[in-house]
Amino acid sequence: MTYQPSPLRLQREAARRRVSRQSTLVALISTVAIASVLVIVVTGAPGFKLVRQSFFSWHYAVSAFPHVLSGLWLNLRVMVIAEIFVLILGLLIALARTSHSPILYPIRLMATIYTDIFRGLPLLLVLFLVGLGVPGLQISWITNSAVVLGTTSLVLTYSAYVAEVIRAGIEAVNPAQRMAGRALGLTQSQTQRYVILPQALRKVAPPLLNDLVSLQKDSGLISVLGAIDAIRSAGIETAQSFNFTPYVVAGALFVALTIPLTRFTDWLTRKQDRARVQQGQW
Amino acid sequence: MTKSMLEVKNLRKSYGPDLVLHDISVALAEHEVKVLVGASGSGKSTLLRAINLLEGIDDGQILLDGQDITAVKVNPDEIRSQIGSVFQSFNLFPHLNVLQNITLAPRKVHGVSKEESEANAMQMLERFGLADKAKQYPDLLSGGQQQRVAILRAVITKPKVLLLDEVTSALDPILIAEVLALISELKAEGMTMMIATHEMGFAKRVADQVLFLHRGQIVEAGSAKEILEDPKTMELQNFLSALREAGRL
Repeated sequence: MTYQPSPLRLQREAARRRVSRQSTLVALISTVAIASVLVIVVTGAPGFKLVRQSFFSWHYAVSAFPHVLSGLWLNLRVMVIAEIFVLILGLLIALARTSHSPILYPIRLMATIYTDIFRGLPLLLVLFLVGLGVPGLQISWITNSAVVLGTTSLVLTYSAYVAEVIRAGIEAVNPAQRMAGRALGLTQSQTQRYVILPQALRKVAPPLLNDLVSLQKDSGLISVLGAIDAIRSAGIETAQSFNFTPYVVAGALFVALTIPLTRFTDWLTRKQDRARVQQGQW
Repeated sequence: MTKSMLEVKNLRKSYGPDLVLHDISVALAEHEVKVLVGASGSGKSTLLRAINLLEGIDDGQILLDGQDITAVKVNPDEIRSQIGSVFQSFNLFPHLNVLQNITLAPRKVHGVSKEESEANAMQMLERFGLADKAKQYPDLLSGGQQQRVAILRAVITKPKVLLLDEVTSALDPILIAEVLALISELKAEGMTMMIATHEMGFAKRVADQVLFLHRGQIVEAGSAKEILEDPKTMELQNFLSALREAGRL
């Protein structure tokens, strides 16, 4: 015998469809309403024409684009290199901070001071201190390249953030896992490596990626040291034309660059949430 | 008398002002199975954790196969690699599949090759009807399956002593049966075991001797029959009648 949906089910499904149609309609209306208000307020502003000319000029966007894009290539390299170093350094600091061995006490203390300082210092200040202060020392074997020193500043600052995220992950792993590892005869460091860290990194992947997105965007700040990146290239164009459109072009390119990583972060977070709900750990 | 595999002498342990183990002495011969019973907080888990050196002790001595494992110069990692431990909450590693959980210690602690340890593990999983679970992650297994994997993980390295701490307390009755069947099989193979449990029926089946712990002391010791049917002390009588009232006896 074939299954005949009961009238009850059909009724329920029809009602659900009705509700879903209604919500779509409401969402549509509210979007149109808010967008119209925004458009009216902005375009109706007395200075709108001037702003549009100096920030959103198609002519200047086209002429600045190749220069900004070639500057962005530098940002891209800085991002990737900084991300690699940040992850390595952040991991080492987190491990130092969560260790309990008495021999490592001075290292633990240094790691704590390090994260306290670099999480508190504004990145711009670090850039000035490292980018201008280090060359000022006039040590012959230390580079005075703005790119290298700028990247170093990014690594110094972001390692402190990433270290704290990883440390939170390590501390969030159930202590019974450590006990189970030790009970099998694994040493302290084997337990850390094979049992604790893999679980910790999985737990903190979303906030970790979030910090990397932020790092990507802040790579534009190395321009204050004179490195010719996307922001600096835009600045040079602007200085010639007195039109700010090149900055907007640079901004749009940065957003385009970070969107894949932010979407990936969202996807990963949702996946983990679903897994937790399935396991009943929510 | 066969040789003593494990010997605990005058063990004393306190947490601050609370004395949790009070002059405990117990010996476990090779192939012997001793069962610890007693109310929660009587010191059963602390005793087991002290034996595999997960818990420091205040006074006394523990000998494993004749070696004083509470001596200062002893490397605790090496001792733990000779003792198997299974816990109430399984504590399988959630990021590793069943096979990886079982082969981690053989590979990293005992230096067995990946191929050999996996072959050993598969053989064991097949014997206990878990071969189809080898590539699954612990989350997808039932509690009984998880606990059986945890037991196999503890015995694959052929420990001198296996410590089981309330391994069925988190399981429902049907799952308890499959875990107890596995433990009975290990006894038949001659595994030396110290078991803390609430399952009196099971204690009757596997115990060579039952020890009744009360407030950190061994108050009575004897065969399961003696302990269950002829309690001598007031404390044991109270414990048994409490179990009876709760329908667990």
